[in-house]
Amino acid sequence: MLELIKQPWPWYTSGAMIGFTMVLLIYFGKSFGVSSNLRTLCTIAGAGAKVKFFDFDWKTQKWNLLFLVGSVFGGLLASTILKSDQPLKLSEATVQDLRSLGITFDGELNPSDIFGPDFALSVKGFIILLTGGLLVGFGARYAGGCTSGHAISGLSNLQLPSLLAVIGFFAGGLLMTYLLLPLIFKI
Amino acid sequence: MKSLKFIVTGVLFGIIMAKSEAISWYRIQEMFRFQSFHMFGIIGTAVLLGALAVYLLKKFKIRDYHGNPIVFQDKDKSFPRYLIGGLIFGLGWALTGACPGPMFVNIGYGYWAMIIVVLGSLVGTYIYGLIKDRLPH
Repeated sequence: MLELIKQPWPWYTSGAMIGFTMVLLIYFGKSFGVSSNLRTLCTIAGAGAKVKFFDFDWKTQKWNLLFLVGSVFGGLLASTILKSDQPLKLSEATVQDLRSLGITFDGELNPSDIFGPDFALSVKGFIILLTGGLLVGFGARYAGGCTSGHAISGLSNLQLPSLLAVIGFFAGGLLMTYLLLPLIFKI
Repeated sequence: MKSLKFIVTGVLFGIIMAKSEAISWYRIQEMFRFQSFHMFGIIGTAVLLGALAVYLLKKFKIRDYHGNPIVFQDKDKSFPRYLIGGLIFGLGWALTGACPGPMFVNIGYGYWAMIIVVLGSLVGTYIYGLIKDRLPH
């Protein structure tokens, strides 16, 4: 059983399990949406005193923070007792494309060329990662949700606004991938 | 015990996201370059089964764990916020390879640099709260 869980999961198992997570949260009387936690964290840090948007009772969102804490622990389990010994099977075309950006495929989940300490703690690397996060945080709140809230929860409930948001996610992703990444990683 | 079920669901979610490789920067690049079906398969399966589940929950008026009716909230109808906000989100998603869930799962996995991304996302959320009344929604 453990051997079965340890190997990388096929897309259909993964997709079905994500759907199951959403249903589980609905059954608990909640909803599946991760980015709301970022607002809650701002509120806990005291942002509500100055900005009205953060002035709400964060305890109503405690369940979602617990979910978030659990997910960190899930990541830890996946990297230890559930770690696969096989390298990630990335498409050869992607490996080639990334090589031309100067990013080496190392068989792990994330490139050390970006997330390793040498780059992440350099001035350029730090600014790139911080700005990337800033865009995600700002965009998620502006759009009223992220991949979980719109792409999974919203589309499952056949919400047209969520479809618009997902179209936006992809438009932004394509713009970054084809136009901006070459500029960012080649300077 | 009330809290435990959310922690356990979170643990499950973290394992799913890591084992599906959806927390991988490489996989997100592969998706935006349309060079593999993997990520599309994951999102497609989740949405298809999710839609079926939501349909059944509504049709049979299933009640939640506390015995209350399940309420599905409709999203506000508008265009700008979803398209512009979505586009900004997408820029960050392709750059960092992480949306909010995977950021945290990655930290647990041992990718400490994701803490920088999380800090950025908190700053971004704060800026939105600060200027939201001046943005088209």
